[in-house]
Amino acid sequence: MSLYVVQFLAGLANAASLFLAASGLSLIFGVTRIVNFAHGAFYMLGAYMAFTLTRTLDGAVGFWAAILIAAAVVAVMGALLEMVLLRRIYQAPELFQLLATFGVTLMVEDIVLLVWGPEDLVGPRAPGLEGAILVMGRPLPTYDILLIALGPIVLLGLWLLMHRTRWGVLVRAATQDRDMVAALGVNQKWLFTGVFTLGIFLAALGGALQIPRTAVSHHMDLSIIVEVFVITVIGGLGSITGAFLAAILVSLLNAFGILIFPSISLVLIFLCMAVVLVIRPWGFLGKPVVAGHKSAGVTVRPWQPWSREARIGAAIVVAIAALLPFWLGTYGLFVGAEMMIAVIFAVSLQFLMSTGGLDSFGHAAYFGLGAYGAAMAVKWLGAPMEAALLIAPLTGLVGALVFGWFCVRLSGVYFAMLTLAFAQILWSIAFQWVPVTGGDNGILGVWPSGWASSPATYYWLTLAVAVFSVAALRMLVFSPFGYALRGVRDSTLRASAIGFSRQRVQYAAFAVAGAFAGLAGALFAFLKGSIFPDALSIPQSVDGLVMVLLGGIATVSGSVVGAIVYTAASIWLMSQTDLSRLVLGGLIVVLVVAFPKGIVGSISDLVGGPLFRRRGAGPAGREAAVAGSEGA
Amino acid sequence: MGLSMFKTFARFGLTAILLGSALAAPVSAAEIKIGEINSYSALPAFTEPYRKGWQLAVEEINADGGINGDELVVISKDDGGKPGDAVTAANELVAREGVVLLTGGFFSNVGLALADYAKQRRVFFLAGEPLTDAMVWSQGNEYTFRLRPSNYMQASMLAEEAAKLDATKWATIAPNYEYGQSAVAVFKERLQELKPDVEFVAEQWPPLGKIDAGSVSQAIDAAEPEAILNVTFGPDLVQLVREGTTRGLFQDRDVVSFLTGEPEYLDPLGAEAPEGWIVTGYPWYDIDTPEHQAFVDAYQAKFDDYPRLGSLVGYIELKMIGEILKKAESTDAEDLIAAAKDLEMDTPFGPITLRGIDHQATLGAYVGTTAVRDGKGVMVDFTYKDGADYLPSDERVQELRPQ
Repeated sequence: MSLYVVQFLAGLANAASLFLAASGLSLIFGVTRIVNFAHGAFYMLGAYMAFTLTRTLDGAVGFWAAILIAAAVVAVMGALLEMVLLRRIYQAPELFQLLATFGVTLMVEDIVLLVWGPEDLVGPRAPGLEGAILVMGRPLPTYDILLIALGPIVLLGLWLLMHRTRWGVLVRAATQDRDMVAALGVNQKWLFTGVFTLGIFLAALGGALQIPRTAVSHHMDLSIIVEVFVITVIGGLGSITGAFLAAILVSLLNAFGILIFPSISLVLIFLCMAVVLVIRPWGFLGKPVVAGHKSAGVTVRPWQPWSREARIGAAIVVAIAALLPFWLGTYGLFVGAEMMIAVIFAVSLQFLMSTGGLDSFGHAAYFGLGAYGAAMAVKWLGAPMEAALLIAPLTGLVGALVFGWFCVRLSGVYFAMLTLAFAQILWSIAFQWVPVTGGDNGILGVWPSGWASSPATYYWLTLAVAVFSVAALRMLVFSPFGYALRGVRDSTLRASAIGFSRQRVQYAAFAVAGAFAGLAGALFAFLKGSIFPDALSIPQSVDGLVMVLLGGIATVSGSVVGAIVYTAASIWLMSQTDLSRLVLGGLIVVLVVAFPKGIVGSISDLVGGPLFRRRGAGPAGREAAVAGSEGA
Repeated sequence: MGLSMFKTFARFGLTAILLGSALAAPVSAAEIKIGEINSYSALPAFTEPYRKGWQLAVEEINADGGINGDELVVISKDDGGKPGDAVTAANELVAREGVVLLTGGFFSNVGLALADYAKQRRVFFLAGEPLTDAMVWSQGNEYTFRLRPSNYMQASMLAEEAAKLDATKWATIAPNYEYGQSAVAVFKERLQELKPDVEFVAEQWPPLGKIDAGSVSQAIDAAEPEAILNVTFGPDLVQLVREGTTRGLFQDRDVVSFLTGEPEYLDPLGAEAPEGWIVTGYPWYDIDTPEHQAFVDAYQAKFDDYPRLGSLVGYIELKMIGEILKKAESTDAEDLIAAAKDLEMDTPFGPITLRGIDHQATLGAYVGTTAVRDGKGVMVDFTYKDGADYLPSDERVQELRPQ
């Protein structure tokens, strides 16, 4: 019995840590609609800053002062980030801020290494709270008691701030209707800056409070960001009380779960999220998301198939690409093949995101399913590469059919997070099911058939599949099915009035995207010769997202350019410098500011050239505006 | 489009890089280029000292007449901790830079991906750090060799010490991935062979880097084991030590712990380092053999820093490559393999052999007890365990390794 009591209390202490970090994220999203990927980076900065300050400030007063000053300093950095970077891109499509904050996260990871060095740092324990008291005969650390108390205190403080101050009322009003608040003469800019600063303060405080518990390391950001995201989603986006409840639920399930299943922690939080979202599509206390896709409002011009000139241009580009093996060396062709694979993966995701209006955070699931499907076909069935390349899209398709059935019932960020949950569940299966998948030692020896093993042939193979994929998906976009999909995206209500079921159409799109991603995964496995669970992991999904956003989410296939630029940049920088994340992150930030609609999106806006011929912009603009206001 | 985009980008990137490290060495008439790949950006705490170690070795080799008169040049690449990126880097090194062999690796899966690449492309590969047994056994191949004592060897060393304890009821805490899983499995197997009456009463598998140490400590404590095997390291270890100590988890219990004596993991703990744990590690401060002292002196003179275990791995790794290249008098992969098999050489840890039977080096490890001295964690009462004594019989190895 006493074990259950202390386990309960340990769970609560852990919940408080999670909640502190998650409350800020929930607050920021609720008001500004920014998916702040950099939240984990600020959490980590809070911990590093507190570590430095506790070196100079001694004693109990000094310790707590250090924690608070650290959080305040980091909050100021957050405010600067908001004013310098995010303010410029509030008008950009939804999720573009995600790309910007992702770039910032990459930069912070390397900056932290430059400033604080690579070694793990262990700060002091909280003065006076080093020991433990006995609870039913079992020791409970006094610091845990402090954390357990701190959770509800912060929750109460935030509630009072939001409900009992004028500032809080304005913030809530802005959450409900930004334009109305602006019309009443409130300067939204400062409201948003204030909310962002407060959110970052809470994140940094959460990080600083970890000092007495664990080591400060440069892996802190990634280990927390996904977890707090899941917490805010389970709780219901924008609901701070919901985040509190979710943190408690997840932490307690973990504390008791490990008593029965000692390896459950790996997947528990994602299982939780999947179950909650399937039962309650908007989390515990979240409000239903209005159907209809925000980013659709940005597409002022409806998409057109390529003009004849554009087709000729594309054909010339493909012809040049096909001639590359005559002057590129082995390594260049290898990188070229990697780019082509990235192109297939990115356009499959773009089909889902841009045409379908479904932002998937877990597209790696289908990439990985294809890769594992192919690798297992080779390893267990002795299949040749040709057969494996046919099996891979099928495994991707089947996976998408299974998971898509649950996912398309949701929309918006909830949809995104359910796809992430399924991807993580798949990842943990690949990771844990050692006899079948080889665990994290992966599956080795997946090499191409003899005829395709030369770098040039394999490059041509990937090029051919990439051209086929882009062409096929473009044809699909401009087919009746594509129009139905866009109709559903822009106005669910009107589309259903003329007989299109949102779920059915989107389900089909999800399956198509899954099949193409699976094809990319298989080509990837044969290119590298081996496959590991990281093909299913979050970074793989994020890479896809970055490629689509970089190319331009409001374009049909801008991600082709996004994929090539991003892959080239990653490989080249990694080869040239150990600080590849700093440069790559900086580059992303610059591109975000320079091309607020993505590279292709912004360029086509500027030139309106043959590739992006402008036709009938007037009425279409009105149409999209109506769709936009309906979505709001 | 692909090429032009790439070029445009490359130009853009060049101006963007102010801090880019120029790794290209001046071309001289006679130089032997080798490729090195490691997780520099993902795991700098290990790979920075490691890089210093191999840099020292290269300097010494070239000062000593190089490879039969030729200069040894290392071209080093980052893999970002991802096996896929490691293969890309390997391709760049082999196809573009024309290196004669590959070396490096930290994570087991990166090491395995490189080993498989080596087999496919027929390139010689010496893995430095990856610990997985699969490297030389179940997934072993003709082109791959490994330097560090494997999981099996380290588990055997610790199991031998554990068998001397009175404890029979054991609990295990290990990170939930291949390294943790196989460390626990081998330790269990070896300990039960040596001491059939031991039983394992509890196990915990926290995810790497995400331990909830309070709950884990209590769950282990509730099973009332007499001894604990720990395989966690890094921030997980810090959290486990803190939460476990506060909760009295380690009181009156024997603890056997993998890697904890390595400066990489022991030093951050400072005065909070656990006392009396039986650990594998690297007590560089108290190893007083002349060959080791020479290494420490040279290292400190060059870098003004003390060596970590990573430094030593990097140093021996490159020294070994130097020996192989000298002996082979050729850069052909088949000749390198022939030279590497049963190569004998001296290291700061004493003489070692690169076994022909399974391509595993007999480098050993220090096993000792942790203590706190002058506010710092140290290893005391340690002995050097020769790796050769902790490998299975040749017949067993032949069963484990595909022939």
